[in-house]
Amino acid sequence: MQWETVIGLEVHLQLATKSKIFSGSATTFGAEANTQASAVDLAMPGMLPVLNEQAVRYAVMFGLGIGAKIGRRSVFDRKNYFYPDLPKGYQISQFSDPIVGEGSFEIQLEDGSSRTIGITRAHLEEDAGKSLHEDFHDQTGIDLNRAGTPLLEIVSEPDIRSAEEAVAYLKALHSLVTYLEISDGNMAEGSMRCDINISLRPAGSTTLGTRAEIKNVNSFRFVEKAIQYEIERQSDILEDGGQIVQETRLYDADRNETRSMRSKEVANDYRYFPEPDLLPIVLDEDYIEALREALPELPREKRERFITQYELSPYDAGVLSAHRALADYFETTASKAGDAKIAANWVQGELLGRLNRDELEISDCPVPAENLAQLIQRILDNSISGKIAKQVFDAMWSGEGDADSIIEARGLKQVSDSGALEAMVDSVIADNQAQVEQYLAADENKRKKLVGFFVGQVMKLSKGQANPQMVNQLLAKKLV
Amino acid sequence: MPIDQDEIEKIAALARIRIKDEQLPGVTERLRNILAMMDTLQAADTEGVEPMANPLDAVQPLRADEVTEINRREAFQTIAPAVENGLYLVPKVIE
Repeated sequence: MQWETVIGLEVHLQLATKSKIFSGSATTFGAEANTQASAVDLAMPGMLPVLNEQAVRYAVMFGLGIGAKIGRRSVFDRKNYFYPDLPKGYQISQFSDPIVGEGSFEIQLEDGSSRTIGITRAHLEEDAGKSLHEDFHDQTGIDLNRAGTPLLEIVSEPDIRSAEEAVAYLKALHSLVTYLEISDGNMAEGSMRCDINISLRPAGSTTLGTRAEIKNVNSFRFVEKAIQYEIERQSDILEDGGQIVQETRLYDADRNETRSMRSKEVANDYRYFPEPDLLPIVLDEDYIEALREALPELPREKRERFITQYELSPYDAGVLSAHRALADYFETTASKAGDAKIAANWVQGELLGRLNRDELEISDCPVPAENLAQLIQRILDNSISGKIAKQVFDAMWSGEGDADSIIEARGLKQVSDSGALEAMVDSVIADNQAQVEQYLAADENKRKKLVGFFVGQVMKLSKGQANPQMVNQLLAKKLV
Repeated sequence: MPIDQDEIEKIAALARIRIKDEQLPGVTERLRNILAMMDTLQAADTEGVEPMANPLDAVQPLRADEVTEINRREAFQTIAPAVENGLYLVPKVIE
């Protein structure tokens, strides 16, 4: 049977606040265990939460970024469950009245098509601490530094149909939140974690199948692999006439499989009720409008502008606008070099290739945009060929200076002096009489191919620095 | 709304409360009485009344995003039953 995959994602996004959502503790990643856990975070008796205004602002900015309804009045609720990394015995979350309501955004797929994915809601909540199960001789170690870190939980509609779409959705979301600067988006540090709800149904059916929930997947690649594995597992069961058990599963990256997390069936009853220690958040129109006006240009707008302003292809515009820092780098290079097309090729080709190879972020790029622009100018004014430019780029990458000083120091300037070129052409002709005779005997079509040999010899003689157009002209004049 | 013993056992399990078998009838009876009072409240006409999230007629004040807490780990950990390498130790939990 043909199965259709139905996926909804819940993304837990850590907001980039300096302090926690309900206490004045720092949120710095990687601090020594429990040094950022205050009396509020530890749930000492009598401690009360006080809401961080920046967390509220970031949540509203996200809502505006996806064109969602903003909750004018939203409420915190208690989600009750027992786990030692949650010292209060409940998580403060939002259940009935979230701060961000329905919205949507567009994702771009590899084949150039796009789809709109609905967002059900996004709500503010606090993160839990961390449990460390190893090395404590049958005990568990608890680090509460992360407890109380503000999270925005972003819940999608079950609109996603494949692993590819899920990854595209997460990338688009990552791009949006980093443009808005409401999260650092650092997946390795857990700033963006994802729960995957996935079910299959016969193609053409409109009712949903029984779903499994895969918890806490924290990289794009793992999301893709976990979904692929889960599609296979569920279709095998269904093909054999079996039934999917609704359960929580865990993705094990080492074994590339998902497995059931809970051995015995526990009633999933969080007994939500309004948090009595917090009052409703009420937002007025002026507040929301001021934030709307202060929104930066968002990825989709930037992409559209790149297509019209720089005449880039939709694909190129998509790559260059995916990250705000990369987009800024490209625009600086393009405007200083004076040629957006060539700048786009260099940024996407050499620069991104090098960043990937060295596993660097654009913010750590050793070549400033101004230097790349200068290099491009030297190609445009015929000082160097494209081939030599790659050498110069390598040298800039390893920190040898800017383009002009490297061209100067290494003597790479293209030879455009006609006297010097003529001497080289003469010597190549003199040394290769057999090829000259062959060339002269050939017809027009063959000559075009044969002339390449002479160009190659001259380039070799000049160590790649001869101006190829001038060499061609000289050869045409001399080979008669 | 009558509540039976099975339900009491389920709620007790969720709340991590151990209720001995001989206590069950008494607990069930008392909770039934509380729920009967709820039924009286439920009977009130709330048509058109906005649900109240908090009895105070006030709006949540917000705090500026500033780090105001200092590290007091040492003081907090003097009252913890077990600590190691800065971590609080608890009986092993693993799913």
